[in-house]
Amino acid sequence: MPDAQEALVAFEGVQKTYDGRQLVVRDLNLDIARGEFLTMLGPSGSGKTTCLMMLAGFETPTHGRILLNGTELNRVPPHRRGIGMVFQNYALFPHMTVQENLAFPLEVRGMSRAEIETKVARALDMVRLPEFGGRRPAQLSGGQQQRVAVARALVFEPDLVLMDEPLGALDKNLREEMQYEIKHIHESLGVTVVYVTHDQSEALTMSNRIAVFDDGVIQQLATPDVLYEKPENAFVAQFIGENNRLIARVTEMDGSFCTVELEDGQKVRALSVNVAGAGEITTLSLRPERVVIGPGQDFADNRISGRVEELIYLGDHIRARLTVAGNDSFIVKVANAHDHVRLSQGSEVPLGWASEDCRALDAGVGNAAPA
Amino acid sequence: MMAHELTTADGVPLRISLERALLRSRIRAALLVVPLMAFLLFAFILPIFDMLYRSVENTIVAQVLPETVIALQDWDETGDALPDEAVFKTAVADIQAAFKAKTLGRLARRLNYEKPGMASLLRKSGRRSLRITEAPWSEQLIKIDRKWGDINIWRLIKRESDHLTESYFLAAVDMRLDDLGAVNWQPENRQIYLQLFWKTVWMSGLITILCLLLGYPVAFLLATLPLRTSNLLMVLVLLPFWTSLLVRTTSWIALLQTEGVLNDLMVVVGLISDDGRLQMIHNKIGTFVAMTHILLPFMILPLYSVMKTIPPSYMRAARSLGATPFTAFVRVYLPNTVSGIGAGSILVFILSIGYYITPALVGGRTGTFISNFIASHVSETLNWGLAAALGVILLALVLALYLLYDRIVGIDNMKLG
Repeated sequence: MPDAQEALVAFEGVQKTYDGRQLVVRDLNLDIARGEFLTMLGPSGSGKTTCLMMLAGFETPTHGRILLNGTELNRVPPHRRGIGMVFQNYALFPHMTVQENLAFPLEVRGMSRAEIETKVARALDMVRLPEFGGRRPAQLSGGQQQRVAVARALVFEPDLVLMDEPLGALDKNLREEMQYEIKHIHESLGVTVVYVTHDQSEALTMSNRIAVFDDGVIQQLATPDVLYEKPENAFVAQFIGENNRLIARVTEMDGSFCTVELEDGQKVRALSVNVAGAGEITTLSLRPERVVIGPGQDFADNRISGRVEELIYLGDHIRARLTVAGNDSFIVKVANAHDHVRLSQGSEVPLGWASEDCRALDAGVGNAAPA
Repeated sequence: MMAHELTTADGVPLRISLERALLRSRIRAALLVVPLMAFLLFAFILPIFDMLYRSVENTIVAQVLPETVIALQDWDETGDALPDEAVFKTAVADIQAAFKAKTLGRLARRLNYEKPGMASLLRKSGRRSLRITEAPWSEQLIKIDRKWGDINIWRLIKRESDHLTESYFLAAVDMRLDDLGAVNWQPENRQIYLQLFWKTVWMSGLITILCLLLGYPVAFLLATLPLRTSNLLMVLVLLPFWTSLLVRTTSWIALLQTEGVLNDLMVVVGLISDDGRLQMIHNKIGTFVAMTHILLPFMILPLYSVMKTIPPSYMRAARSLGATPFTAFVRVYLPNTVSGIGAGSILVFILSIGYYITPALVGGRTGTFISNFIASHVSETLNWGLAAALGVILLALVLALYLLYDRIVGIDNMKLG
């Protein structure tokens, strides 16, 4: 966690509404450290892009302050913030060549011709497009345009670069390649990046920290591994990675663990992360890879049985869809090792998992208490 | 540099093969407009060419005075001598025949364009020529009117006996052929058309600029406002299209005339005194105001259609890169609207340069365009040849501008909506 002095960007109690009735961003408090790669992740309409636009200066906060390097930004117009930005559809100027596009931020800063030329050449080298300076954006492929857009946002050496779903328009392979490229540029330049995406794998690949947005609030702010392994609420558990969700009622609190009763009456033990107390509804979150099929005799923790509904062969592993405690989309991954368990459709199989891997979270949205 | 030209698999140069492929798609596109083209050809293009042909057509002399024209072929018009007796004889016969066939009036009108006084000469000679039945032909004809003894009359008849004439075009650019057939300027007090062409061009240019200045911000607003608001604004822009042109023009008369709404208002407010009312209609101001108002939608719509395609992120990107709003507009937004500016300007200019009804109603004496003179030659003076020549020049002017625009901006870049 960054301390206050190191924070390059700070959101302090920021709220935003467009129509005066509904808050798009509710009470955002977020410190972003110098040199950090922070991703704002969330479904569309979760407020992440609005946060980015407020930081860039294209939207004004309805309430609260945004600080950059300790100075309040609220009244600073976008062109004096010195923040680089990469847009969703690149926003390269079609009437200018690549070189002219890159020179633009330097020219408006009144740099000398020679200085501009060196910087543009260096920026083109950085994104591995040195021969493309004379082309127009329309003559470049999507990936090349993307790289030019990144170079343009960095060429005037800003402290902070914002990226608004920059890879959304690329196909899958190119997207993965660009993820690494942006990550490497970030590492080599040490620039601070605030990245907005709705793609969780992109966020996990690139970020130092991820802020998961939903409903205008940061649901969890953590490093990728913590976010995946230790989600703090049902939304994050469901949004990040693959997740098995079981609805249950807490029957007994037991220190950091609790005992819960599933919908079909079976009882299991779970790690008590975010439960209100005995008698309350909870969502159990269980990663597919942590479920063991046919646990051995010494496997003391939870045992439960499920019916195999569907098997999907995926090469390195087999995806099995089971019905467990009334949930018919319970996924288990069976590694394709030479001695793996043979499953057949329609059969009942014993399942087991460790209590620490089963996290009891909040009830989640739309999970009303069973009658 | 390429060492040799690239070819396709079967050895055809790549460039030619590409051109062929493009040609095919062009032909396909052309087929789609064939029905419309056929209609235009018969209802519009052929009549136009017929009209344009009249600018050089000149069969009337040879029709009305057929024998005289033939007889004059051997006469040397560069000398000082009148045509000989035989020519006078055929001339008298031709005039008599024409008088009986009632075609003399048309000839009179035609030759009068070239030389004032020809009409009265021919009309006078028509009936009286019937009295001449025997030699001496020349003496008797000259007795009817002394002008028949003027060698220039005969030179004119010989000059205009060709089937084609350049005299209408010369007249359209304030020139004429003198008695000896040399090209000369019209006398100063009869020069009007060149000035009129120039006035039409510069007034149309100014109207185009006014439309651009007024239309650009509106188009920008239309393209950037939320859909609901912009739809309402669009209705307001299109409203004039649904109102009769005459209504719009005459309402400007009601507004701008000396006893009109605007003058009354200014008198009441005390801006001008009652006898200092401003003349704002039936002059150039009237034409500027009414034409700008009427042609404004033709500027706004192409601009709007271009601006609509410019993503808001361009301006944002420019701002985030450090450009002030003004710099961002000038260096990023404006260059991206050039095709719209070009399309709107050329549309407004071409419409304006040939506009007839509005200048006719509100232009008075000083604010009229060349088309008003063309109309008056068609319907009042009945000098269709001159009207056609003026029309050809106007058409050539528009085509020249169109080609110039194509050279500078490129027609492919033009977006009309």
